[in-house]
Amino acid sequence: MAAIDEEPVLFSSMKKLSAWARSNSLWPAQFGLACCAIEMMATAASRFDLSRFGAEVMRASPRQADVMIVAGRVCQKMGPVLRELYDQMPEPKWVIAMGACASCGGVFANYAVVQGVDRIVPVDVYVPGCPPTPEGLIEGVMQLQKKIRAGGRPIMPAMLPATEVAKA
Amino acid sequence: MNEILQALAEAFGDQVQVAHKIDQAVLTLPKEDIAQVVRFLKEHGFRILLDITAVDRLERQPRFDVVYHLYHLDLHDWIRLVVQVGGEEPELPSVTGLFAAANWAEREIYDLFGVVFRGHPDLKRIMMPDDWIGHPLRKDYPLTGLGPLPPLVRE
Repeated sequence: MAAIDEEPVLFSSMKKLSAWARSNSLWPAQFGLACCAIEMMATAASRFDLSRFGAEVMRASPRQADVMIVAGRVCQKMGPVLRELYDQMPEPKWVIAMGACASCGGVFANYAVVQGVDRIVPVDVYVPGCPPTPEGLIEGVMQLQKKIRAGGRPIMPAMLPATEVAKA
Repeated sequence: MNEILQALAEAFGDQVQVAHKIDQAVLTLPKEDIAQVVRFLKEHGFRILLDITAVDRLERQPRFDVVYHLYHLDLHDWIRLVVQVGGEEPELPSVTGLFAAANWAEREIYDLFGVVFRGHPDLKRIMMPDDWIGHPLRKDYPLTGLGPLPPLVRE
């Protein structure tokens, strides 16, 4: 940062700037599947107020969201649906596996439940707990913000302009 | 209630065995008779099919019990029907022609126990994915499923 003619000016790379903007405006696709969804609702409500961290715009449509919060157990039949919704989200996108079930199947170590959503979609942040407290989910969101600011997952070629793809 | 059971005994003879359990009458009958007996009971006032379910006895032959619950609206009384089925491909007649409520219940038993209902209009899986292998509520089905877990997704 430097002052030019006493006007506040920030110098940064475009990459860092966009990462900073993205990290502070996460639009979660709410994927409430079980009891974790109750804690997710509490996280967004007044007491814990997820909007303090810029991630309160819960979307019911994947096309308007960039972070999928998988809150609860995913049964085998829901697996393909989850993948399809993930594929419908525009890049760049991230996934938070909320709670034990979404992370590894939790207590449902059986044939009917997917043993962790990382067998269907790539997961950025795992939030432990059964269910995690709202503070836990907020910590997960903040970890994700940190990850995005640090560069995060490499951006998929599909979202780069054609010239950039040719270079890469 | 007793009149209905008496009429049932006259109509079906020794084929249908009646036992009076604590809560309700229990009929044990061969699988060939199930459609006729259910029709008889429906005509005698048991107009609601509450549920069809199954029990896997595993060690026993025949292996499965298919259990029907019927309700009599006027008498406020219940009746239970137990049919034993077994063999390599357990099968018995469907009662969907008598009770539309049987449709999904029979599909559920087919899906989870692998019992086939002859004459069902659309006997396919209802809970598990269509391409699922095996019948999970059978006692010899492994709890963690058949085959290895799919690989992790990393991008």
